[in-house]
Amino acid sequence: MGVMHPSLAKPIPPGADQDAILNAVGEELTHRGFVIAKADKLFNWARSGSLWPMTFGLACCAVEMMHSAASRYDMDRYGMLFRPSPRQSDVMIVAGTLTNKMAPALRRVYDQMPEPRWVLSMGSCANGGGYYHYSYAVVRGCDRIVPVDVYVPGCPPTAEALIYGLLQLQKKIRRTSTIARN
Amino acid sequence: MTETEMMTDTNDDQTGQSLLEAMAEHIRDSGAGMVLECQVVQGEIEVKVNPSSVASALALFRDDRQAAFTQLIDLTAVDYPDRKYRFDVIYQMLSMQNNMRLRLVAAVGEGQAVPSAAGVFLAANWAEREVWDMFGIFFSGHPDLRRLLTDYGFEGHPLRKDFPLTGHVEVRYDDTQRRVINEPVHLVQEFRDFDFLSPWEGMHTELDGADNTHDPDKTAK
Repeated sequence: MGVMHPSLAKPIPPGADQDAILNAVGEELTHRGFVIAKADKLFNWARSGSLWPMTFGLACCAVEMMHSAASRYDMDRYGMLFRPSPRQSDVMIVAGTLTNKMAPALRRVYDQMPEPRWVLSMGSCANGGGYYHYSYAVVRGCDRIVPVDVYVPGCPPTAEALIYGLLQLQKKIRRTSTIARN
Repeated sequence: MTETEMMTDTNDDQTGQSLLEAMAEHIRDSGAGMVLECQVVQGEIEVKVNPSSVASALALFRDDRQAAFTQLIDLTAVDYPDRKYRFDVIYQMLSMQNNMRLRLVAAVGEGQAVPSAAGVFLAANWAEREVWDMFGIFFSGHPDLRRLLTDYGFEGHPLRKDFPLTGHVEVRYDDTQRRVINEPVHLVQEFRDFDFLSPWEGMHTELDGADNTHDPDKTAK
């Protein structure tokens, strides 16, 4: 997220200006023991900074998903850790062909995820059936089963494309106001 | 490759061929009364039997000391919709001892049962379930003949040539019922296939009039 300029809503690059703001915040903390921030901004910062995707590889896209988690692209940098349980995860990456037989299982796993939750559809097959669009056994797009937030195109999408999709999801989370006001 | 190497290669091929012929002869002899036809096709032995004698033939080729086809590599079927006995059930066997492969073929009609080979080869268990799922060929005496691959409650046998590519149902999550439901297929755009000469289109619809001249099957007749 970086350090944002309060009125221009632009990130401030590292340097003297950024240091000045950080030092001011630090001083505020040492003198008074607290800082004031907007609650929803704080929530969104926390949510987008620790998106835990669920390990849900369905087909060859899962290999690219593994690449994005491995040392070269390293999703850990963004606080994204794959979790083995839906109850511990925030994002579901639907990575691969979703078959009719798998669809109820996918929905059940989605239902088990705690709110707030997001879904990222990865690859042509998950987006719209892709190569198997006319097959008797394949769901023509996983958005028929679960609500999708981000679609990543490609067959399969590269690890970079998936990371880009996840960064887009972070953006989406940040601009969502999470506290309902009347 | 030098000339001498090439000569040894051809010699090996010849001995291999003669070994195959000898094995085919042996199978014709030992399986007399069961083997309808036995020949060497493309370096592999092809044996045709009646569906009723499939299991006993498999046991015979496995237990025969000289043949020793001890492994069942694969069990599949093919649909020829124009034939009277429309399916071929095919068993691929391997003899590690002789470095030879054997293909057992049985022509099966619609609704005709084939004795299960699950008692002869354990590997046949799931393979027969798959063939039952995909083609609807019934294997009598199978310990647990359920569908293997398709969805629970799936109707039809997808690898039959008369099964439509897109099937009959598609799934969707229903918000009111809160579960994944089956619905009749609704396609926004029909499947388009421009390859009229494809050998895989077993049951192509009849082309009318002058277009028949472009059909290689029609002109051959």
